[in-house]
Amino acid sequence: MPKDTGIGASSKRREDIRFLSGLGNYTDDMQVAGQAHAVFVRSTVAHGRIKSVGTKTALGMPGVLAVFTGEDFKDVGGNPAGWLINSRDGTPMKEPKRPVLAHGKVRHVGDAYAAVVAETLQQAKDAAQVISDETEIEELPAIIDMAQALADSSNRVHDEISDNQCFDWGWIEDNRAAVDAAFKSAPHVTTLELVNNRLVPNAMEPRASIGEYFPGTGDYKLTTTSQNPHLTRLLVAAFVMGIPENKLQVVAPDVGGGFGSKIYHYGEEALVLAAAKQIKRPVKWTAERSESFLSDAHGRDHVTKIELACDKEGNFLAFRTATLANVGAYLSNFSTATPTFLHGTLMAGPYKVPHVYVNVKTVFTNTAPVDAYRGAGRPEATYSLERVIDKMCRELDLDPFEVRRKNFITTDMFPYTTPVGLAYDTGDYHATLDKAMELADVAGFEKRRAASAAKGKLRGMGLSTWIEACGIAPSHLVGVLGARVGLYDAATVRVNATGNISVMVGAHSHGQGHETVFAQVVAEQLGVPESSIEIVHGDTSKIPFGMGSYGSRSLAVCGSAMTKAVDKIIAKGKKIAAHMLEAAEGDITFADGKFSVAGTDKAKTFGEIAFSAYVPHNYPLETLEPGLEETAFYDPANFTYPAGAYICEVEVDAETGKVEIASFTCADDFGNVMNPMIVEGQVHGGVGQGIGQALLENTSYDENGQLLTGSYMDYAMPRADDVPFYVVDASCATPCTHNPLGVKGCGEAGAIGSPPAVVNAVIDALHRGGHKVAHIDMPVSPARVWSAMNA
Amino acid sequence: MHNFDFVKPSSIADAVKALSGDGAQALSGGQTLTPTLKQRLAQPSVLVSLTGIAEMKGVCMGADGLSIGAATPHAVVAREAAKDYPGLAALAGGIGDPAVRNRGTIGGSLANNDPAACYPAGVLGSGATIVTNKRKIAADDYFQGMFTTALDEGEIITGVTFPVPQKAAYVKFNQPASRFALTGVFVAKFAGGVRVAVTGASNNGVFRWTEAEAALSANFAAAAVEGLTVSPEDMIGDLHGTPEYRAHLVKVLTKRAVAAAH
Ligand SMILES: Cc1cc2nc3c(=O)[nH]c(=O)nc-3n(C[C@H](O)[C@H](O)[C@H](O)COP(=O)(O)OP(=O)(O)OC[C@H]3O[C@@H](n4cnc5c(N)ncnc54)[C@H](O)[C@@H]3O)c2cc1C
Repeated sequence: MPKDTGIGASSKRREDIRFLSGLGNYTDDMQVAGQAHAVFVRSTVAHGRIKSVGTKTALGMPGVLAVFTGEDFKDVGGNPAGWLINSRDGTPMKEPKRPVLAHGKVRHVGDAYAAVVAETLQQAKDAAQVISDETEIEELPAIIDMAQALADSSNRVHDEISDNQCFDWGWIEDNRAAVDAAFKSAPHVTTLELVNNRLVPNAMEPRASIGEYFPGTGDYKLTTTSQNPHLTRLLVAAFVMGIPENKLQVVAPDVGGGFGSKIYHYGEEALVLAAAKQIKRPVKWTAERSESFLSDAHGRDHVTKIELACDKEGNFLAFRTATLANVGAYLSNFSTATPTFLHGTLMAGPYKVPHVYVNVKTVFTNTAPVDAYRGAGRPEATYSLERVIDKMCRELDLDPFEVRRKNFITTDMFPYTTPVGLAYDTGDYHATLDKAMELADVAGFEKRRAASAAKGKLRGMGLSTWIEACGIAPSHLVGVLGARVGLYDAATVRVNATGNISVMVGAHSHGQGHETVFAQVVAEQLGVPESSIEIVHGDTSKIPFGMGSYGSRSLAVCGSAMTKAVDKIIAKGKKIAAHMLEAAEGDITFADGKFSVAGTDKAKTFGEIAFSAYVPHNYPLETLEPGLEETAFYDPANFTYPAGAYICEVEVDAETGKVEIASFTCADDFGNVMNPMIVEGQVHGGVGQGIGQALLENTSYDENGQLLTGSYMDYAMPRADDVPFYVVDASCATPCTHNPLGVKGCGEAGAIGSPPAVVNAVIDALHRGGHKVAHIDMPVSPARVWSAMNA
Repeated sequence: MHNFDFVKPSSIADAVKALSGDGAQALSGGQTLTPTLKQRLAQPSVLVSLTGIAEMKGVCMGADGLSIGAATPHAVVAREAAKDYPGLAALAGGIGDPAVRNRGTIGGSLANNDPAACYPAGVLGSGATIVTNKRKIAADDYFQGMFTTALDEGEIITGVTFPVPQKAAYVKFNQPASRFALTGVFVAKFAGGVRVAVTGASNNGVFRWTEAEAALSANFAAAAVEGLTVSPEDMIGDLHGTPEYRAHLVKVLTKRAVAAAH
């Protein structure tokens, strides 16, 4: 019997009641008394020198309260990158200042160089249009292509950076000679050049912010679409605006999806705060969808050459990659970590390959900033590896399943240190592969292929065996790697006098379902009903200093903090029980929501203990404090390493090149699963996004830096009928060895593992149909497939 | 959106009068015009709604064929034309999503003449007649290139009359993002011959593929067009497909439409 409550139960998502019935409270839903409206004036050219900003007419227009330009913020601090990466030669990365509003130059289409605040949104828009019309920008040639950007020092995104390069990173530089030697002597080398396509995050809710200033106290409040309110507070307070941290409250209320794009602090947040202070009224801004396309941090955008050295039997000897990673016009907060420590460290995959070397050059271009997007670096690593392995199998006529098998790290090898610096704690890659093959009925493929052929369709099967590092992240490790922050998390468990419980967590839920799952975990630990537990998040004035949600970290890191805080509650409860039951603390046991004196029938319920904690009429105050509230911080000892095997089958319409996903099977190892339904939903969503990347999503800038895919008319998002009914399994679990719940994280897996499975399947289908196509770049659109078939 | 006035007349005559004012523009289902207004790309001073005019709505079979009021939403055509003209009903039922089909109208679609829209193929492929407040215009004269039609300033489409063929089908190949036609082909077999109209493919908007019409008039079978080729010259090339790809699709979809016609 599946459980119906607590850990392991598929408890229904309590937050869905408000999300699905229109009762959510999103930033734009809030109408703050007296609020004015901000509209940003954004560059229509990709690269240009600002000659003058035409604010004069606008200032006199009806309803206009204030106009801001880059000049107003030229002396405030810049929005920093969170990681300092050094180049191979030891020099630190180039770190141009990212201003609140563009100053001197505009650097991408959508770069905001002015803002208007007016009584109404329409008035602000009218004025913004006039500013745009009356501004003089000398257009400069756009820098779009990365290779060209590196080669041409006469044209610079940032005048002070001559080669448009942020850094040239080698991982691990000391491995390089051994890797090169392994390639020299290898019996076989497979080379593949590929593009990991740029993606627009497209959260359902666009970014929005409300700034408030309270002259009476000098306090500020920022309500904003953030995945990590404390990080935003830190960035705004300490780096950008110099507001004392304790005078700034950041609230991230209901947030309609982030996928990474709402981790970062953006200039709009600083602007609404500055404006609120200046006009002494709340100031609200909500992005329009076209602004989101132009100004949210995009994802991926790597151009990679990967080489695989092996023997004739397909035993891996070495991997070597050279990647150009686009960072866009400015460094977004995680942009330097994403192509390096979230990418290069994963380049050994789940394989016992002895030699790996990764080179990444990051390049400034006149495009929107690029940063972490669901999976962040790990999808890029997985795609490169799983595609080149597939190509190698074809070149040597080897079975892709067998090749994976013979190269997998085996269960007796854990803990296993890879040549790219990670120590995998546990896993069973054979088990997930076997499971996926069974569920996908690999043995029956030939029959299905024949049935597809009878309909005139080419059927193919693709495999991807992926691994990721999440539970981000051990501060001691990331500190060495250049992180300027720690990546612990925190939780406070407050047992109220009436026995119900408020849990304040540093993680932020923007669709994931924390309010349900975290309550399940606490309910299990304390033996109380889930309904008595409330999860509080998203408000720096309520929660302890946590680092928010991204990188599949919420349960593994914040959940661990929460578990530790609950342990402290139980320990305190035992003290109280010992006092109430007149027993020794060491004799008190806690189980099923009851504190008992071991070996007797003397017991107090959890509720009785809670009540006593707040009505301490006879407490020995020297040894027992009243109250029942505990906080814990948790800093992980290691990353967690979810892994799995994905098998995709496609049907290709040979006449039109259109690809349909016929089936998609996932066998994942997420460690212990707290809520199977939510985990399955996370996999569905992730694979949906992966299929979107593989087949549909194409972010295209033309040579002038205009975004050709700036709306849903041209940017194809996956829809329900683009994706199949998934087969999802998480039964091959090897619990994480170093966190209390044994959990690994499941939020990004689908987006990481799926794109290569899809593309491998398409290539397989084409080969089976007699088309010897080596590679097609994503998105594998009908037109691209047809062109490849008819090349 | 800029400010505008809004009127909702109940007769064609009142609508024509309202449209003669400065800066007046017709509003039908609003599926094209509303997004344009929201992006501030149009700035009409008065919007004249056509959806309150009873004589411009509905589907009805008559002596000249099937008449559809210009303000009839796609969903109504999909439902009510299914018996008399299933090929056209299926075309209407494949436009956009349910919200678009419940608001968007045939008149708005034809007035707009988007080069990737579906109705232009159905109308040209059927040899239908566009009825306006002033005149009747044959489909062959009506479509004059991308977003360009024979309509005069202030002229409104009031309805469309379709001769009903023996067999017809529309096959659309979706542009992956918008799901308008990357290319779409409407084939109609009449007693007197076959018409083939292509949308989504050409820089000149919807067009008739006359070679295929001749071949199919002689032999209404997919094999009849096998030997023909479509020139990529003047085909649309964009992110979603090259001119060559679209030219190729014209033939593939024509064969599929012939096979599907009923
Ligand atoms: C998400 C989405 C998906 C879509 N997908 C498709 C698709 O797959 N295939 C397809 O064919 N279409 C598609 N459309 C377009 C839709 O079918 C509408 O038919 C089309 O937008 C125009 O019709 P409307 O009634 O909305 O016209 P409106 O937007 O109201 O008007 C359009 C233009 O026509 C003028 N006009 C309107 N009615 C008349 C009239 N009777 N006489 C003269 N001028 C008039 C207006 O002044 C305006 O300039 C889609 C639209 C959306 C929003």
